[in-house]
Amino acid sequence: MPLPSLTADAIELGATAVDWREAVHLVGEVLTRSGAATPAYGDEMVRMIEEHGPYVVIAPGLALAHARPGPAVLADGFAIVTLATPVNFGHPHNDPVKVVVGLAIKTADTHLAAVAQLANVFNDSSAIAELAAATSTTEVQRIMGTP
Amino acid sequence: MKIVVICGAGIGSSGILKVNAERVLKKLDIRATVVAVDVTSLAEAAAGAQVILTSSEFVGAIAEIGASNADVVVVNNYFDTAELTEKIEAALG
Repeated sequence: MPLPSLTADAIELGATAVDWREAVHLVGEVLTRSGAATPAYGDEMVRMIEEHGPYVVIAPGLALAHARPGPAVLADGFAIVTLATPVNFGHPHNDPVKVVVGLAIKTADTHLAAVAQLANVFNDSSAIAELAAATSTTEVQRIMGTP
Repeated sequence: MKIVVICGAGIGSSGILKVNAERVLKKLDIRATVVAVDVTSLAEAAAGAQVILTSSEFVGAIAEIGASNADVVVVNNYFDTAELTEKIEAALG
């Protein structure tokens, strides 16, 4: 599966969240709005972090929120939320988080091509700061290389 | 050579780390199989692994399972191929 397209309704810029839970719930709501997941998926993403810790903060300023494939995933998709005020996840190196990427995956087997494309984008170390500073959905789509 | 990548779900973040580890290994001209698994599948997956790549949250769980003599390498920035290169080289060197 290639990286699914990032439609404008899968992007929320300058959102406000009081803590990491709210930030993850926000990206869950955006995944629901774009048709990738049911509202339950937000709870599942939060539960993954409660269970395993803030390992989803995989780079400075960036959280890759996700849960397992399951009935809460309606379609492969991803969403981007940028935060007006960064929040801490409790990560030893990568806090505070400015950009939350939500990932919904139908089947684990086919998702590596999609994450390889995500890696292509974020291996450029300026991408996270560019996303955090983006003021329009078209700008985000350009940075992510997907309409 | 076998390298295991651990995360909570076995998808997503471990997928990113697998993809980038493979890129680094290719550049270093090291032949290795990189397997991404969730932490509950670790005991089985870690058999015969030389290196386990993960984030600091899973170090305790890996030690508890104690299933492997593999070097446990903590990666801070999954997208920083310079960090990955340095740590993989150190673990295999």
